[in-house]
Amino acid sequence: MFNAPKEGDVRIPSGCAISGIFSKKGKRFSGEQAIKSITLMHDRSNGLGGGFAGYGIYPEYKDYYAFHLFYDDTIAKKECEEFLEDHFDMINLSKIPTRKIPQITNEPMIWRYFLSPLPTKLAESQLPESEYVAQCVIKVNTTIKGACIFSSGKNMGVFKAQGFPEDVGRFYRLEEYAGYSWTVHGRYPTNTPGWWGGAHPFSLLDCSVVHNGEISSYDANRRFIEMFGYRCTLLTDTEVITYMIDYLHRKQGLGYEKVAHILAAPFWSTIDRMNEKDKAEYTYLRDNFASMLITGPFSIIVGFTGGLMALNDRLKLRSLVVGTKDDMVYMASEEAAIRVLSPQLDSITYPKGGEPFIVTLDKEAYQQCQ
Amino acid sequence: MKRVYVEEDWCLACHLCEYWCAFSNSGKDNMVAALKNKTIKPMIQVEEGDKINFAVSCRHCEDPICVKSCISGALSIEDGVIKIDKSKCVDCYTCIMACPYGVLMPNEDEGIMQKCELCTPRGTAPYCAAHCPNQAIIYEER
Amino acid sequence: MSINFLQPEYEVVRNMDRCITCRVCERQCANEVHHYNADLDRMVSDDSKCVDCQRCVTLCPTNALKIVKTNNCFKENANWHTSDITDIYRQATTGGVLLGSMGTPKEYPVYWDKLLINASQVTNPSIDPLREPMETRTFLGKKDATIHYDKDGNIITKTTPQLELSTPIMFSAMSYGSISYNAHKSLAMAATKLGIYYNTGEGGLHEDFYVYGPNTIVQVASGRFGVHSDYLEAGAAIEIKMGQGAKPGIGGHLPGAKITEAVSKTRMIPQGTDAISPAPHHDIYSIEDLRQLVYMLKESTNYKKPVIVKIAAVHNVGAIASGIARCGADIIAIDGFRGGTGAAPARIRDNVGIPIELALASVDRRLREEGIRNQVSLVVGGSIRSSADVIKAIALGADACYIATSALIALGCHLCRTCHLGKCNWGIATQVPELVKRLNPAIGSEHLVNLVTAWTHEIKEMMGGMGINSIEALRGNRLMLRGVGLTEKELEILGVKHAGE
Repeated sequence: MFNAPKEGDVRIPSGCAISGIFSKKGKRFSGEQAIKSITLMHDRSNGLGGGFAGYGIYPEYKDYYAFHLFYDDTIAKKECEEFLEDHFDMINLSKIPTRKIPQITNEPMIWRYFLSPLPTKLAESQLPESEYVAQCVIKVNTTIKGACIFSSGKNMGVFKAQGFPEDVGRFYRLEEYAGYSWTVHGRYPTNTPGWWGGAHPFSLLDCSVVHNGEISSYDANRRFIEMFGYRCTLLTDTEVITYMIDYLHRKQGLGYEKVAHILAAPFWSTIDRMNEKDKAEYTYLRDNFASMLITGPFSIIVGFTGGLMALNDRLKLRSLVVGTKDDMVYMASEEAAIRVLSPQLDSITYPKGGEPFIVTLDKEAYQQCQ
Repeated sequence: MKRVYVEEDWCLACHLCEYWCAFSNSGKDNMVAALKNKTIKPMIQVEEGDKINFAVSCRHCEDPICVKSCISGALSIEDGVIKIDKSKCVDCYTCIMACPYGVLMPNEDEGIMQKCELCTPRGTAPYCAAHCPNQAIIYEER
Repeated sequence: MSINFLQPEYEVVRNMDRCITCRVCERQCANEVHHYNADLDRMVSDDSKCVDCQRCVTLCPTNALKIVKTNNCFKENANWHTSDITDIYRQATTGGVLLGSMGTPKEYPVYWDKLLINASQVTNPSIDPLREPMETRTFLGKKDATIHYDKDGNIITKTTPQLELSTPIMFSAMSYGSISYNAHKSLAMAATKLGIYYNTGEGGLHEDFYVYGPNTIVQVASGRFGVHSDYLEAGAAIEIKMGQGAKPGIGGHLPGAKITEAVSKTRMIPQGTDAISPAPHHDIYSIEDLRQLVYMLKESTNYKKPVIVKIAAVHNVGAIASGIARCGADIIAIDGFRGGTGAAPARIRDNVGIPIELALASVDRRLREEGIRNQVSLVVGGSIRSSADVIKAIALGADACYIATSALIALGCHLCRTCHLGKCNWGIATQVPELVKRLNPAIGSEHLVNLVTAWTHEIKEMMGGMGINSIEALRGNRLMLRGVGLTEKELEILGVKHAGE
């Protein structure tokens, strides 16, 4: 199948299903829940990609960067491991456990590494640790043919493949993992077969994004973010959205709410009606980061350490529902995908276009997950 | 009431208003048929100066001296428009002497006076204003 | 005088069945083409004086006139075109440089016409501008590379000065002197009404127009005509003109005949003297000198106004723009090869420079490669003829477009390309009072407002079709463009794929 054009060789628009589950108290639960939710939305995927992100799943390695990799072949693996050894202390490495099922075939080699940046290399680079790691990830993904780092955060992991998402979940044996937060994605690409690396979630460090939609601002966003060292090799919307969030949050120090107000900025007519202080700030953010405005339909769930953010495009051209029950928060493309997990809900809301819904761990739980 | 006003700053002395006036009052539906090989007798006339040109036409004054001065009752006001009943005009020229703007003029062919009666249906711009290329003649409420 | 080899280029065709001898053609032709002949009792014309400005045709109330290209012809020759031959006759007679006006009439590729725009189908909905907000508001100026926070963690929003445009279109530089008082007034009034900007060009700012200052870009060019501190303070931005698309590498020359009393006062030069702008700025012989002028202008206006540097599109424009971006300019304006002029040596206009599409694409790419695209805004001009050209320019990477020829056409210009003769029958490129009067700014500004409003509507329609509801999401969005009939190399420079890819 790798003879077919890969993501990155062609741009593939796609429709999708997304779901996110979160425990504010930091209770860890298995990936089974996410599988159950996405299974209900089976028809929103077409078997060409599915994936999960789990947070809090590696408590025993929580101080190390967990890299998940696809390798096309052993040459790629050898070259990549040389690079990783050059730049990191390798604490642990193993194949990611999978289950052979008929629905998932043609898998690449799938490996996991727990890493810590080499102190000397890090010091030499004069970069903050996170930037050092991010640059290493981008370097591998752009220069080592046949190697793809698809997960690189601490105490979190992305699992994705070509197939229906529920099969992907079973393939990766996600019932064996437990986390306080899960996101999941079922993909409906509209042309050539998706590639494993092109499935969602897309992630960089601990930030992961699942996305439903096709953004019309793609090339404006891509050409802008690439000025800052990012390389959009997959040509997917999700990739560029992830990089923009990473840039605004990690490099510019903006909170996720402000990030949302750049990606899905309020209309000028709304900004013009704000009080002077807000107006100045919103105008500044919108003007200064104009090229990061996303237009076209999208609903995204952004996963990060200790939280989730659901966000719709400014016109709400994609469905997105948020439900709560006790300390649990559910986000999904369809209400039914929430009700299937929790038939009785305390509240159900439909976030307005451009207005982010952000949930974070309670203080105590947050300290524990750090 | 909407009236015809003249903005001398923008008058180019192209004299088109005169031709459109003549055409409008000809009763014909084609300008060539109406005006070819004819000497026109327009009711608006451009006076040219060194620097300033000015199209002269009836103001349709609210309190018109011409109507007061008319000895035969030929001039009257109808809905604000000063009209002339040619059957009553005796060509005495009193109105010419009375009008401070000099807009009434004799039509030698007919041997009676002629004047602007706002040629088009009320509310639509008379031809002189509608066809002025530089908005030097405007028809508006002031 | 020896034999004149030149024959009239145009013939005045008068339909004698229609002509009513109203003589409006005669009164309106500053070139004295038409005359009433009493002996014949009809109008006659002198074709040799006709420049085909269409004034008489437009004003004739019976549509009796048309101007046609003469079918008198030299013997056919695929190498020696008629224009080559007549140019030689002209130069052999006069010994002078041939002058021309407006953009080059020669047939060079127009890349706008070889680019097609995308629209949404199925996977991504188009957006209806009649039902949803469709935003064209644009800010021009340097953007902050990093957000700065105050000690309480609030974002510091006081940033470098920005120009706010309601729509990404501005009126490009045309000086008072090269165009008339009424043309300038029309532009100033329209820019104010539209919430955009017009540009003084290098002719100073007439004292009557200071009231339009908030919508005025004041230009500083090599002749420094009309530049003084009140002038700099009056504008919303200051533009340093290094070059012009129609005549890259050379200066300007406004003949003394156009230096009337008012022009002389505005330009601060004696009445009746030629106004000659040198080819270079004599205080700018390199990029570091430009930096000094940029900062001198910023200093003198307390860093409150963005500084624009305008250059002509030439071969190495990418590197030049990069240098300008690094010398403190807030906005770079690039004027393309097909851009207009009030007068230029025709040989230069027709042969020097490169098309704006290629210049824009390479500058935008170069600035992005260097990671400094956000430090400057890009404004492009040089024959932007329609809203589709604007859309394509923005998708290639421009922040906004400068229009001048289009604006003049809206004012009545018929592109007769004889601005340099100073007898513009439309009252635009002239200082003759009775001709200037022909352009009533009430009408002119309304036409300009209508034009930009219409283009903005069209821009919104096309954006909506692409599923884009704000202009910034189109900026540099080259995936929205596809080339037709372009070579690999052209596509590579433009950074777009071929249609069908």
